[in-house]
Formats: sequence, C-alpha cells, structure tokens
Amino acid sequence: MNRLPAAHAHTSPFRRREIIEGYLFAAPFLIGFLVFVAFPMGWALVLNFQRYNLLAPPRWVGMDNVTQVMADPKVWQSLWNTAYYAFASVPLQLALAFGCAVLLNQPIRGRNFYRTALYMPVIVPIVVSAFIWQRAYHPDFGIVNEVIGWFGFAPRAWLFEPALAIPAFVFMRIWVMGTQMVIFLAGLQNVPTALLEAAALDGAGPWRKFWHVTVPILTPVIFFNLIVGVIGNFQVFAPALIMTKGGPQDATLFMVLYIYRNAFEYSKIGYAAAVSWVLFVVIILLTIVQFRFSGRWVYYENDAA
Amino acid sequence: MTTTIRATSLEAAAHAAAQKRQRQRSAWLQRMGVHLLLILLALMSLVPVLWMISSSLKASTEIFVIPIEWLPRTPRWENYATAFDRAPIMLYFWNTLIVCVFAVLGVLASSALVAFSFSRLRWPGRNFFFGLLLATMMLPGIILIVPRFLMFSYVFRWPGPWIGSFLPLIVPTFFATNGLYVFLIRQFFLGIPVELEDAARIDGASSLRILWQIFVPLSKPVLITVLILTFMQFYNEFLEPLVYLKPATWTLAVGIRAMNDSAYATNWELVFATGTFMLAPMVIIFFAAQRYFVEGVTLSGFGGR
Repeated sequence: MNRLPAAHAHTSPFRRREIIEGYLFAAPFLIGFLVFVAFPMGWALVLNFQRYNLLAPPRWVGMDNVTQVMADPKVWQSLWNTAYYAFASVPLQLALAFGCAVLLNQPIRGRNFYRTALYMPVIVPIVVSAFIWQRAYHPDFGIVNEVIGWFGFAPRAWLFEPALAIPAFVFMRIWVMGTQMVIFLAGLQNVPTALLEAAALDGAGPWRKFWHVTVPILTPVIFFNLIVGVIGNFQVFAPALIMTKGGPQDATLFMVLYIYRNAFEYSKIGYAAAVSWVLFVVIILLTIVQFRFSGRWVYYENDAA
Repeated sequence: MTTTIRATSLEAAAHAAAQKRQRQRSAWLQRMGVHLLLILLALMSLVPVLWMISSSLKASTEIFVIPIEWLPRTPRWENYATAFDRAPIMLYFWNTLIVCVFAVLGVLASSALVAFSFSRLRWPGRNFFFGLLLATMMLPGIILIVPRFLMFSYVFRWPGPWIGSFLPLIVPTFFATNGLYVFLIRQFFLGIPVELEDAARIDGASSLRILWQIFVPLSKPVLITVLILTFMQFYNEFLEPLVYLKPATWTLAVGIRAMNDSAYATNWELVFATGTFMLAPMVIIFFAAQRYFVEGVTLSGFGGR
C-alpha cells in the first residue's frame, strides 16, 4: 500500500482516523472475544476449583475436582474411547477421501455423478445420520447385517456389543468424507503439470510420479486436515447421545458426552468444568505434537530450504 | 527381396496392431475397474439415505420383517401427517429458520466489518489480534459450553432470561466469534485492488461506504459461501441448542431427536419421515448452490465438518 510511512503516522489526521476506524471496525471481534470467549474461559477456570450444583451457591473446594478427575475411571475410559474413535476415524477417513479423489481425478465418464454421490453424506444433518445408522446397525432389521449377510458374514449386534460399538461409529464417520475428498480433488488439480512432466522425462512411471511428486505436494493439505480432523473428532457428541447414550457398558461414553452429563444431568458444574479442561489440554497437546512432527513429512513448496 | 521386406513390415504392422488392441483392452479393463469401484462407493454413500426415505413410506409391518424389503408395497404418505401430529415439527422448523436467518445476518455483518479492518486498515495491535482470531478457530468449543450456560443464566438477563430463548445462539454471531468466516472474507478482501479504494477515498468516501459500495458487491462469491456455511452450521447444530433452548424454542435437530427417543422401539417410519423432512432443505440448497459448496470447501480447507 502506498500510504504514509510509519514515522509520520501520528502527525497525520488521516492516519489517526484510520487507527480509530481500525478499532471500530474490529470492535465486534474485540468485544465478542472478551465477552464470549475470554470471560467464559476465565469462568471455566474458576469453576475448576468450585463445587456447584446450580441450587446452592458455589463453594470453593481447592483441588478437589482435579484429584477426583484423576481418580475417576470414567474420565479415563471416556478419554480412551474418544482417542480410539478419533485416531481410527481421521486417518481412515483421509485415506478413503484421498483414494476417491485420485479415482475422480481421471477423465472418466460420469465423474460429476460420482462426485455428487460421494459428497452426499456431508449434507445429511448429523442428527438425521444418527437416526439412519442407529437403525442400519439394528441386529434384526438393519441394512448392515443384511448386506454383510450377502457375503456370508454372520449378523452382529453392532451397537449393543462393547467391542463393536466404536468400530461401528468409526464406519459411520468415514461414510462422511466428501469434504476431504473435494479438498484433495482441488489439491490434485493444482499439482503443477511441469513437475509431473519433468518426472516423466526422468523416467518415472505413474506410481513413482504419484508417490514422489503428487503426494509430497499435497502434504500441507493432508496435514491441515489431520489437525482439523483430530480436533473435530475429539469433540464427538451427538451420535453417542442419540444412538447409544454412551453404552453399551460405557463403550461409547465420549468425553464431551461425559462433560455434558456431569453439567446438565448430574448438575455437577464444577466437576464438568474440570473434565473439560482435561479434554482441552489433550487437544492442545495433540495439536502441538502434530505441529512439531509436521516438519518431518510436510513439504512446503515455498520453503527456502 | 522386396517381398520379404513387405512380409516383415506386414508382420510388424500386425504385431503393432495386436499390441495396440491389447493396450486398449487393458485400458478398458482398468476403466471398468475404476467404474466398478466408484459405483460401489456411490452405493455405499447413497443407500443408507435412500433406505431412510423409502422406509419413511412403509408400514411398520414392512419394516420389521426379515429379510429386508427395500421398497414399500404402496407408499404411505400419511406417515408424514402422523409424524407431524406426534410432534410440533413445523414449530421446530420455524424456530430453526429464525435461528439460521439471524445467525446468517449476524455472521455476514460482523465478519465483513472485522475482515475489512484486518485487511485494509492499519492499527496498532492488528497482527496480534488477528493471531488471536486464528487461535479461536482451534479452540475446542466444549470448554465454553458450561460457563456460557452459566453466563446466559445469571449474567445476561435483559430483556429477560436468555436461557430458553434464541438469544444465546444468535447474539454471539453478531460479534464475529467464528474466526473461520472472518478469515475467509479477509483473504478475499486482500485480493481487491487498492486503487479502487484510494479513488473512493479521494472522493471523500468513508470506510463504511467503501466497504458497503465497493467491497461487498465485489465479494459476492465469498459472502454467499459464508452464508451457506453458516446456514448449514446452525441448521445442523445440536449441542448448543440442546443446552440453551427449551421445548417451545427447540430447533429441528433437538426436537426430532426427542421424538426419536420415544419412537425407537416401535415407529421407525415416523422417525424416518421427520429425518427425511429435515434432510430435504439441505438437498434443495445443495443442488441450487452446488458451486458455492465446493468453493466453500476449497476456500476454507474444511466446510462445516
């Protein structure tokens, strides 16, 4: 921008007006951040040290909530369930989405139809997809057992067997991969043809071109979706509340569901806040770890090195 | 001499033709393989949804049979009337529309202002606050739910209690609390030529006028994308409405879930009818604005979920 240099900034009335306008235009975010993000987070921190059932005034209990959380087997069970679900769904979903994007990146007839069909589950509201899958997994009248029966597999009671409930949830999550597929498709179309041609001149076949040119160029996209996917999937809630209510035997008791129950079913507000800090810390740690390790495998085209 | 040459050249030509046929054959086989795979994937994406729609028109006796009957013998449209009698679905639908419309207005108005400030006005602290905005995108929402519930119960009491009303869902949207939308619009604003702005400034136009008369008209694609993403987000949202609303203000997602709980054992067709009803607007919006869905996904790297 060709504006006045900063040294003269304070002298110019135009510059002063720009600063005032800058704050005014950003005011919705500045106020909103204070009121709807910073203040609730501060309150959540306070709640962490309080016992509060909404009826009696809150009482300070020091580290009681924290020590209780540490000793609560349900916290660790729900953390394990959540991690199992997220770490199974995210890579599988990204792999399937990537595979579909590669298939659809070829000039084949009916490409638009396939793309639309594979994208369709994305527009199904989460509640509706929970209705569908709750019944699709029904032991007697569900379509899942019907379809696996065609291939000779015995029917299972998916959502009623502790060992199968999370795999069933993971499959339902992978079913919705259209968003990631479209992202990868856009990425694949942006792979510079010059690089692919150069690789071909050097004698690289389709596989080597794919693994050594296409995939490296797309690693930033994959990485971004990995982080967003993990953060998102650690917050899984609606399907568990609707389909299994956390069961069978707490097999689908996810962290957000446990927090929700403590706060709004058991009226243990302080305890719910303490559990939500565990989830918060886990998500932040995972994000940091992913950023730290990204250097090993994410390739940025504009890197000086 | 000439005959042998001709013979060998004929042989070579025949050989080449055979090779070409074989290449074409294997290319054909490969193409068919790809189609087969894609058809399977498309079926997997579509069949659960189609099963819901088909079952919404069945009689209970056609649902609870083994083996499954895929299509109703005669479509029972009255299932929809029965479902609408069972629960105030239209009320839930209007509630959802109110929330979605105000949320869209709030997000568009506040995000455009803030995006303008972050892209076109220079003020001290801008980069810091922009970083803060990006950080809120990574913030797991659950940490905010419990304290926000308390805040809307005890702190915000004007013009009446906020819990049970639409205010806890709508008001934060007017404060640019979703960093993703601000970020998308800002990126678009950055690409608008400075000359347009400078010319208007010389003519004495205020920043607000420049935003409204130059930036908004030029940014239609990104604004429509944000509109659709916001609408889908609030149409889908489950946890926050569940916590903040009461039965009279329930949105579709929360309202039909209550019905699902009571009808799981006996009335699948009614639940599937409500599910189909909730899905229908999404399908219509998707086919009317497909371009913006894809754009939203590729612009943001993630669209809704």
